[in-house]
Amino acid sequence: MRRYRPTAIPGSEITPEASYLQRRDILRLGAAGGLALAAPLASPSLSIAAEPEPLAAAPGGYDPGEELTPEADATSYNNFYEFGTGKGDPKARSGDFNPRPWSIKVDGMVGKPAEFDLDALMALGLEERTYRMRCVEAWSMVIPWIGFPLAALLDKVEPQGSAKYVAFETIVRAQEMPGQRGAFQPLDWPYVEGLRLDEARHPLTIMAMGLYGKTLPNQNGAPVRLVVPWKYGFKGIKSIVRMTLTEEQPASTWNRLAPNEYGFYANVNPAVDHPRWSQAKENRIGGGGFFGSNERPTLPFNGYGDEVASLYDGMDLTVNF
Amino acid sequence: MPLPALPKRYHPASIWALYAVGLLPAVWTFYLGATGQLIGNPVKIFEHLLGEWALRFMILTLLISPIRDVLGINWVRYRRALGLLAFWYVAMHFLAYMVLDKRLAIDVIVEDVFKRWFITIGMAGFVLLIPLALTSNRWSIRRLGPGWNKLHRLIYPIAAAGALHYCLSVKVIGPEQLIYAGLITILIAWRLVRRHYMDWKRGKRQSSSELASAIPRAD
Ligand code: HEM
Repeated sequence: MRRYRPTAIPGSEITPEASYLQRRDILRLGAAGGLALAAPLASPSLSIAAEPEPLAAAPGGYDPGEELTPEADATSYNNFYEFGTGKGDPKARSGDFNPRPWSIKVDGMVGKPAEFDLDALMALGLEERTYRMRCVEAWSMVIPWIGFPLAALLDKVEPQGSAKYVAFETIVRAQEMPGQRGAFQPLDWPYVEGLRLDEARHPLTIMAMGLYGKTLPNQNGAPVRLVVPWKYGFKGIKSIVRMTLTEEQPASTWNRLAPNEYGFYANVNPAVDHPRWSQAKENRIGGGGFFGSNERPTLPFNGYGDEVASLYDGMDLTVNF
Repeated sequence: MPLPALPKRYHPASIWALYAVGLLPAVWTFYLGATGQLIGNPVKIFEHLLGEWALRFMILTLLISPIRDVLGINWVRYRRALGLLAFWYVAMHFLAYMVLDKRLAIDVIVEDVFKRWFITIGMAGFVLLIPLALTSNRWSIRRLGPGWNKLHRLIYPIAAAGALHYCLSVKVIGPEQLIYAGLITILIAWRLVRRHYMDWKRGKRQSSSELASAIPRAD
């Protein structure tokens, strides 16, 4: 078994980048058994635009102190319908996607509409933060993200007093995203999501540009995605190209598709079941194959209740699920 | 349609080979999962694989008689094995769900079966399959006589339940669900038009041949 399973370690002791690279080199050499595949590693500029690169970040001070999900699981078990509906599709079918160059356009009810390229985004202050990630499908991971607080970006564009929501939009690029091509389209593109402005400004809300010490792989939403750790994973919109500040609650893709199954808020809530499955428990991915006991109770707000519950004071969360 | 026919003496062996090959996906994937080689969500991967193979074997079971009607190839000897493989895959799918996924939490399972429609429908399919599996032997066929045929027509609602259960289990219905549900719909619809097709075929053959001998009806 060559799976990497770290024990519970604080974020500061997460395997340094150097050893990640070594291990990957060894795996690659082993798999390729020759120079053919090893060659691109020696010259990072050649044909490996999609290959994650080391990404430096300051420690962000967030760590639930739980065992990290093995990187191999976090980067191969994904939901990213732009590349296909299967869990393995995003990794297998995102090789053509080129996230560079990139920019996010921010407009709507802001004093200073702007377009941010990757350098401008990185300049907003990258931090490494380990968060729990709870998918609406009742599985979860623990992922060391690298990102900047969304509030830092919002400060730059100076939201107007009447702005109440932030709408997000994923790129549409059918020629590089096989899930957006063909006769059958599972979702309407672009994928859209939204947050209330106070949720977007919350210190826990980040825009991630990396994980496990590296830039985001395509399958995880390269080059920049939203991470809202107290909400179900589908709120974490990927490969973002546009943000618009609005007064009205914006549309969100899954809510539009099945409003009885996916709410706008989508706060992790063990007391509100999905119509087709219970949300009371979750399966922590990478916790030991068939027989390892990796099932655990789901926590309200995914365990971030102390920080975020007050955002929803006076709201009935079984109605606003 | 002349096809190189398998010599009769190999028929029993070919049926056993079908059982063995048919069970391979389950055995192999169980091995991968038990040894920690399924990346991501091993339990779901296994559970889904078993459900999908159950549907595949149901489709193959339903294909045997149209193949005979339309192409004139008689593979009826494989139909029992295909049907039983479908049953075993559903049973393993159910076991994987009960033991690996829900860890025998009976309260959760009961709630699922009664509260969640797609599971209720799957469960109905499984329960209805049990009498078919139990009577898939020569003794029962002789014992039940014409009742056996009637009983085994349950495979149509079972396959429909399987397809519906699959479509309702996913977040969005995609090409895979449409293909499985479409095939099952066509195979069931075929039974409704089959008689007309056979009459038409017989009529054509009779008019093209002076020897209008009675063709035994294949039922
Ligand atoms: C006619 C019998 C059945 C057939 C043909 C069948 C087939 C399937 C298929 C093809 C899937 C989807 C796999 C995928 O998404 O790739 C599925 C999912 C599922 N089936 Fe069945 N099934 C049957 C009976 C049952 C029974 C009896 C149960 C349990 C009581 C059950 C529980 C489930 C569950 C829980 C899922 C969803 C798993 C998940 O994604 O969480 N099924 N089934």
